[in-house]
Amino acid sequence: MHDTTDAYEARVRRVLADHARLPVDVSTLQVYDDLFQAGMTSHNSVNVMLALEEEFDIEFPEEMLQKSTFESIEAICTSISTLTMIGDRT
Amino acid sequence: MRVAPRHDALPAEDCRVGIDMIAVHSIEEARAAHGERYLRRIFTEHELDSCRTPQGLSSASLAARWAAKEATIKVLAPAEGQPEWTTMEVRRSASGAPTMELSGSAAVLAAEAGITSLALSMTHEGPFAAAVVFALCTTEHAGERSHGRKDATDA
Repeated sequence: MHDTTDAYEARVRRVLADHARLPVDVSTLQVYDDLFQAGMTSHNSVNVMLALEEEFDIEFPEEMLQKSTFESIEAICTSISTLTMIGDRT
Repeated sequence: MRVAPRHDALPAEDCRVGIDMIAVHSIEEARAAHGERYLRRIFTEHELDSCRTPQGLSSASLAARWAAKEATIKVLAPAEGQPEWTTMEVRRSASGAPTMELSGSAAVLAAEAGITSLALSMTHEGPFAAAVVFALCTTEHAGERSHGRKDATDA
């Protein structure tokens, strides 16, 4: 598991539990599990995106608004890490 | 009236179709959770104006427009990524019929797919809203990704 995933995983799981409306318990998901396969709809991924922006004080740019950005806990953590680093440099 | 099918006029591989439906309460929950940020991220000013009623924004009308955008993405069938939601705009023609207008990244995807025209139908009834988008393509691009996008919302 990546360090970035370690740093953000708990908060990401909490956002998923509150906004992804998954039919499974988020705590049972592995970090590489496909969230869309697990039942996350496109609309719920929008809810997740907006909640992540609020939780981490970031904004997903248009080029990151694709399914792959939100397809797993690991992918989300990596995206947050990227955006946080960009924010720290500006 | 009986209309004979004209298979020569519209070969199946010259068209694409996308469909989507959503529960209206999903829109209401997103509005409650994220408010204006949600609305501005997904809908254009024109769409928001179209959904205004004396009682406020109609979640059912917003839901139909969300379904229209998702149905359009299925028609565009992007290999990776997806167009921004605001580049797919539901407008009302003079006759009152809805049309789907593409701009920016959505228009680029449509051009790459050889899509020459789109037709849109939307509906909402009770707790659900749905939309169907039909696209005509040039033969050169027809059938390249004719099955459209497959995602978790597909039945």
